[in-house]
Amino acid sequence: MNAPATTAKVVSMRDAIAANVHDGDTVVIEGFTHLICFAAAHEIIRQRRRDLTLCRLTPDLVYDQMIAAGCARKLVFSWAGNPGAGSLHAFRRAVERGDPPLEIEEYSHFGMVSRFSAGAARLPFWPMRSYAGTDLPTANANIRTVLCPFTGERLAAVPALNPDVTIVHVQRADAQGNAQVWGLLGVQKEAAFASQRVVVVTEELVDESVIRGDPNRTLIPGMIVDAVVVEPWGAHPSFAQGHYDRDNDFYVAWEPISRDPAKLRAYLAEFVFGVADRAEYCALQPGLQDRLRATERMSGRVNYGF
Amino acid sequence: MGSEYSPQEMMACVAARELRDGEVVFVGIGLPNLACNLARALHAPNLTLIYESGAVGAVPERLPLSIGDPTLVTGSLMVCSMADVFQCFLQGGRIEVGFLGGAQIDRWGNINTTVIGSYDKPQVRLPGSGGAAEIAAHAKRTVLVSMLSPRAFPEAVDFITSPGHKCRGKSRTELGMSGSGPVTVITDHAILEVEEGTGELVLAALYPTSTESGVRERVGWELRSNPSLASVAAPTAHELELLRTVIDPNRRFLA
Repeated sequence: MNAPATTAKVVSMRDAIAANVHDGDTVVIEGFTHLICFAAAHEIIRQRRRDLTLCRLTPDLVYDQMIAAGCARKLVFSWAGNPGAGSLHAFRRAVERGDPPLEIEEYSHFGMVSRFSAGAARLPFWPMRSYAGTDLPTANANIRTVLCPFTGERLAAVPALNPDVTIVHVQRADAQGNAQVWGLLGVQKEAAFASQRVVVVTEELVDESVIRGDPNRTLIPGMIVDAVVVEPWGAHPSFAQGHYDRDNDFYVAWEPISRDPAKLRAYLAEFVFGVADRAEYCALQPGLQDRLRATERMSGRVNYGF
Repeated sequence: MGSEYSPQEMMACVAARELRDGEVVFVGIGLPNLACNLARALHAPNLTLIYESGAVGAVPERLPLSIGDPTLVTGSLMVCSMADVFQCFLQGGRIEVGFLGGAQIDRWGNINTTVIGSYDKPQVRLPGSGGAAEIAAHAKRTVLVSMLSPRAFPEAVDFITSPGHKCRGKSRTELGMSGSGPVTVITDHAILEVEEGTGELVLAALYPTSTESGVRERVGWELRSNPSLASVAAPTAHELELLRTVIDPNRRFLA
């Protein structure tokens, strides 16, 4: 492959969001606690995207911030809390008081995983044993049942979710977007394959030979990736195994910030609108990187020879 | 050693005693996490801890604030995708014990973690199901953990997030659920158990500081008692020391 073709995907976060996230899009920023790309969310907020349908298993602080910033028309989710620390108060204000109005579509984690699985496999739905006896199907008409053609058993079914764009944060990727992840894998692979467009945000840009040296570690192949953004510390306050720890102090601090709309606005003004990019965000917090940088636990090596 | 201990410490100890060595446990955040790690440090060193984040056989070196903490990965037996967690482990019938909590638990062990009030206009919007709906359906048995109060233990929950033994009149068998559902409810005053045959929660055991009438006052239905009430031992000095110095030294979950 010639040189221009191999480097064309590597762009700035600003350009990646401008090209791939449009008003009204269905947007997924996945990552189950691990590798949540706050840098992409902050850029979407800065570019003042509107009427987005935001999908994630756990809206987490990342969508609480996007809801507060007015980016969201609808939220598709399965667990909306701040684990061990409290509530997502922007989400709660929207749902409890319509401030701002927010449509919701709610599943269990397994339901969301199944929706992405169906989307990735380009099937219309995914069958599962779930929801019997629960009130979730009355709250969400998209949770239905289907009869197994072999056993006659009635199973739950959820529809495919095929987002316009999925953004995944990874530890390392090459210029084509071949992306390697270790640690918690969440539902990123299924979400990326289900999506029309995929943006890979990486802690580290590596040569293709590094990827080829450990192919089992590749979660997302470059063939489905549209843009590659190199953004160290782009997942903070989430974490990147082997790079930096989860900023639990910030997750705890979010409870009083999100509880108070004025404090939340001030947070967005300082840490999102007040900076141009992730580098400035990091510069605003001296000591952060020393506090959270990961200790070293190298893995063993395997023999890929034949 | 003083005998002073908090309700949360008592609950964590009682929950830990519910676990048998060698079991495969689906671990939730908060007290269940404390209980599993306490049990592992005491009588159940061979517990297999599975977190919905994908860590299987986790050996956390610090108390994770969330169920997706990096410490769950380091040194675990396996880290898999969430599709694997829910399809292969949970729906596949590999989970022996599931731990769940909730804002409301009713007479039939149904759990509400979705809304207080109506779904469309909730007074309080709670986080929702997460993995709970399927844990309650598929784990071979489920242990519930909650502080006892009339608000938390109504006759019927406002919203059934996770199914118990009778959901809007239908039994688990009628609904086709494989797991046996919530068998034990650990509270800060007593242990409730599901009554065979009826599927109703009944008082099974009292804590040293609680009384039968005190427990009844904190439950929103006419709570019946087992014919023979057991009494639960207070936390031992060793259990308390482990909880305070090893499991949760920074008091993130223990009051």
